[in-house]
Parts: sequence; C-alpha cells; structure tokens
Amino acid sequence: MSGKTKPKLAVWKFASCDGCQLSLLDCEDELLAITQEIEIANFPEASRAVVKGPYDLSLVEGSITTPHDAERIHQIRRSSKFLITIGACATSGGIQALRNFKDVNEFISIVYATPAYIDSLQKSTPISEHIKVDFELRGCPINKMQLVEVISAFLKGRKPNTPAHSTCVDCKRRGTVCVMVAQGKMCMGPVTHAGCEALCPTYNRGCFGCFGPKETPNTSSLSSEFNAMGADNDEIMRAFRGYNAYAEPFRKESELHEKENKNH
Amino acid sequence: MKKKTKTIKVDYLARVEGEGGLYIKMKDDAVVDVKLKIFEPPRFFEAFLRDRDFREAPDITARICGICPVAYQMSAVHAMENALGIKIQGPLRDLRRLIYCGEWIESHVLHIYMLHAPDFLGYQDAIQMAKDHKAIVERGLKLKKAGNEIVALLGGREIHPINVKVGGFYKVFSKNELNVLSENLKWARDAALETVRWTAKLPFPEFEQDYEFVALSHPDEYPFNEGRLISNRGLNIDIAEYENNFVEEHVEHSNALHSVLKGGGSYFVGPMARFNLNFKRLSPIARQAAEEAGLKGVCQNPFKSIIVRSIEVLYACDEALRIIESYEKPDRPFEEMLPAEGEGFSCTEAPRGILYHRYKIDNQGKILEAKIVPPTSQNQKTIENDLYKFVPKYIQLPQEELTWQCEQAIRNYDPCISCATHFLKLDIERN
Repeated sequence: MSGKTKPKLAVWKFASCDGCQLSLLDCEDELLAITQEIEIANFPEASRAVVKGPYDLSLVEGSITTPHDAERIHQIRRSSKFLITIGACATSGGIQALRNFKDVNEFISIVYATPAYIDSLQKSTPISEHIKVDFELRGCPINKMQLVEVISAFLKGRKPNTPAHSTCVDCKRRGTVCVMVAQGKMCMGPVTHAGCEALCPTYNRGCFGCFGPKETPNTSSLSSEFNAMGADNDEIMRAFRGYNAYAEPFRKESELHEKENKNH
Repeated sequence: MKKKTKTIKVDYLARVEGEGGLYIKMKDDAVVDVKLKIFEPPRFFEAFLRDRDFREAPDITARICGICPVAYQMSAVHAMENALGIKIQGPLRDLRRLIYCGEWIESHVLHIYMLHAPDFLGYQDAIQMAKDHKAIVERGLKLKKAGNEIVALLGGREIHPINVKVGGFYKVFSKNELNVLSENLKWARDAALETVRWTAKLPFPEFEQDYEFVALSHPDEYPFNEGRLISNRGLNIDIAEYENNFVEEHVEHSNALHSVLKGGGSYFVGPMARFNLNFKRLSPIARQAAEEAGLKGVCQNPFKSIIVRSIEVLYACDEALRIIESYEKPDRPFEEMLPAEGEGFSCTEAPRGILYHRYKIDNQGKILEAKIVPPTSQNQKTIENDLYKFVPKYIQLPQEELTWQCEQAIRNYDPCISCATHFLKLDIERN
C-alpha cells in the first residue's frame, strides 16, 4: 500500500431518513476493512473531517425537494468522478414524492403554522432528473450487502452484480410458498425489482414494493389480479403509491386507479 | 467604548443524524443569540398520512427515521390500537419490548462509540479513533450488531423492519428461534458493562444544570411503550392529555417545530430523563453499574449522557435476555383489528426520548388526521438554552476549540434532524 493513494469516498444527503447512509455504518463486520481500501473524505453523519474534492466515488441519498438542493446536486456532480444514488428517495423521489400528487402549499399549511418560513419545491424528484447518474442502487432501505458489492465493484472497476429480475423470482429461488396464491394476500412481488431477497413473503405478508419497479413490469395485469381478489380502486392505487410512487410505471398505474376511483 | 462582537458558526454539523447548523452571537463575552438551524428539507408526513389506511401507518412513519424506525412503528401501532380500544397483552407485548431493546442497543451504541466518544478523546471520527483504540471500536461495532440482530430477526431487517403490524406481528417465533439471540446477548451484556466503566472514565466538563425532565413512567417496568408522562416538577398526565400540556412553536430558523411546555418553557427528554425518573425500575445489574459509575439515580450533566446511554444499553441487553428466557410462543401472531371510527394517542420511548403520535380515523379505517412530535423537536430549545450557559463559561478557549465544544454540547442530545423535520447547522458570532 505504501505510496498509493486511496480513492476518496463522499456521502451526500438530500431529503431522506438517513437510513441508507446508515447502512454503511451498519456494515459492522466490513466497515474497518472498507476504510483500509477507501478514504472516507466527506461523510458528515460519521465524521467532522472534510477532505476537499474532487471525489472518486460519491454516494447520494435523498431526493431533490428545495431550490437550494436543486443547485447543490450540480456542484456535487462536478466534484465527483463516479456518482451512485442510494435508495428509493434518490432513485425515484421516495415516500415524500407523495406530495407530487397533491398541492404542496396545502401540505405546508397542514404541518407548519407559518408557511412563509418554508422553502419547498412543488415536487420531490429523483437525482437522475437533475444530473447524470452512473449507477442507481434501489431499496427503501438499500440492502447493505448490495452496497458493499457496489463499492467493491467500483474499486475493481467492474459492473456491480445486482440482479434486475423481479422479487417474485427470488421467492421461487428461496422456495417460499406464494402468499398471493396460497394466502390470498396482495403482493407487489411480480412487478418489484429484486434486492431484498424477497423478505416479506417469508414473514407471511405480501411485498409492498420497497425496491421500486423492475424492468418492463406488467402493472396492469397485476392490478387485474388484485381486482379479482376483491381489491377496490383506492386499495390498488395505494399499493402502487408507496415508497416508489413517482417511479413512472408505478405512477401511471396509481393515476389510472385514482381516476377510476373518482369516476365511481 | 465600542462593543466587540464575536460569532461562532458551524455550517454543517457532523456526527448528527440529518442536516443542521449552529449560529451563536456574542457581545462582550455575553451570548446574545443562539440558533440551532435546521435546514433539513421538510417532508410533510402528517399531510400525506391523510387518506391512507390505518394499517399503513407503521410502515409509512418508519420512513421518518432510518435510525429509529422501530420507535415510529411502536408509537403508530399503539396509537391505532388506542383508537380502536384494544390493548395487546402477553407474549406479543413482550415481543414489542424485545424489538425496542434491539433498537435502543443499536441506536445508543452508534451514538456512544461512533458519534459521541470521538469528541471526548479528540478524534474527528470513530475511524480515526480506531487507529489508536482498535479493540474499543471493534467492541462497539460488535455490540451495535447484537442490537441489530434482534431487530433483524423480529423485524425482518435492521432498517425499516417489515414485521410490525397494528395488532401484533405478521410472524412470531418459537422460543428456540429466539434463543439463537441469547449467546450473543450474554456477550453483549458483559460488553455493555465494560462500556459503562469505559465511558465513566472519560473527561467531562463541569456543567450541572437544573432541567425539567419528562419521560414515561410505568409502575412495574423501565418504560418503553406504556405509562404516564411525568416530570421532576410535578407533571403527571395521561398520554391523551399531551396536547393540553405541550405546544409546538414554528420558528423562522428551523424547519423543525419547537415543542415547549405550556406556560413552562423548555424541557428535557431522552436517556437522562428516563434514567432520573425511573432509576429504581432498572434491573439490579444496571442500577449497580450506574452507582459504580457515580450516578446514583441522578445525572444533571448532559455531557454525561454518554454514561447514561451505556447504562441503558446494559439494561436493554439484560431485559432482552429476561424476555427471551420467559417467552412462550403466542397462539397467533396478531389480534384481528377491524376498522372503527376513533381517535388514538400514544407515546413511546424512542432512543432519543418520547415520541408522540395521535391519529383520527373514520369507520372505514381511513386516516383523517395525524400528529407526530419527535424527541428532537422537544429537546431543541433545551439544546439552545445549554449553549447560552455553556459558551460564557468557556469563552476563553480558542475559536476552533470552542466551536468543537459547542458541537459536542449539541451531540449530548444525540439529535436526530431527520426526525425533527418531519432538524442542524453551527454559526458562533462574537461581538
């Protein structure tokens, strides 16, 4: 290692719950080893020390919700060689994107007594709507082993191995009995991106879409199935309108059911 | 004579959860203004909970905080059950205490070893601290993991667990499955005792203050999910009376609302409040460790909160072992909850202090109104008050050192800004 400079890692936060960056500190067995290979140059949640950019790898958590943050993300892109978004907020706008379906000023007045003090954009948007993103890691929260994989892949200069199939496939792989077929529970597994190892069905509940839409998801077919199981439009709308509500396939499907709900 | 102005500024506070800063302005060594600035963007949870189903509240509100999601889930389920007039008893109630033990261990140990201890020992972070104190940092990581293992088993995963539901759990475990946790927890209990002894020897500034401590109190147990709200100045109320006694104020420099006692001003929630008000309900091993550390049921110095957190970690390990020891698997994982019109209140003890939830639901189970008051909003004013008193005492220190000490004074509270904005940035201005 002598004479070799370690790549510089920066962790950035936008509107979020801190859970995805906490995943890095939750790597209790790997954390000290990771810091042998990489210099933590900017990670305010963990350190006072700030090393100036540019940074070799930036991890971005959270969505863009304020005019100031919409500016700040561009500065971060300029100082980052490789930029990865971590989690549903950064990748699809997060749970706070539920505001995108309503009037944000009404929301502000519900929570805050003096709305004039609050500076907030109409919509909560993913990082990729503002800058070029090199890789998106899904999940609400991310899977910490996938985070270790993504950092390792970056260090070795290879593509991260994070499968893009559906959560449904992971249930079959694990041998979990289908909760929709066997227990009649609504499950988002067929349209949801893999990453959690199909966790919820192993706890007797249907998937609720933490990892967002998989590639080319057949959302309308799943909605028909939910409908056949007795779900009404409001229930189907809410199923798609969760932690990845603003991801396009989920957004379109939820809007369809919102419209039908109003027509009834 | 011209007055000298001095400011202390920290644009972006480190080792706290979320985005905030500090601004302090002084004129001739007197502090004239302290602002704990919270620029973490607001996320409007109380607004978008409206029109959602009452059963969705535990999963949605967990997303307010990645560090203490279990606290949000616990306050949410208890408030909904309160609205429906149902009380969960027996092993399901014990399992809720057990998952909360896991979160206290994970969250407290993160703060003790990774966020707070580096201040006392003069390191920028735990990674630097590990270069000189490798065995200590490794002990911290392993202890944190023991807490996470409880949450990961009972909750499905450490962050945003998926197994908590209104009425109980989606899945419950056999005694043998829970027993798997015991071996590590026995090690963790010993490590927690070592942690109490280690933190008790850290260098503490003299800073004993007179606070109004507020915490839950339960006749038989150290509080997690249940009890009356009491204080050392005579408050003793049912949770449903919360909003008659506390009020949230909206101030310009913060995206987090400040919570104050009606007519009483600031108050103090969290580990020190719980400890001071519930000392005799700690288990014998935790009480004895506290006494050995010089804290016989009273701690008035917020810098010593690191010792109190360690005592609570010890208690949580001990309590987790007790619960597992006496556990018998319940007949069913949850009580069936049918929607009914109602209003429900709940307050549970998040790692950082009391977390209040109130919901109104209609007869279809739709949420009509939600109110959430996290611990950090309740401590904001006390943090600012501490700085008013702390800065004049240490004004002779060089700027860089004073700034660091002010940051430490804030970190005493383990503030969670993500929670408080449903909160931090330091400027000290000297005149």
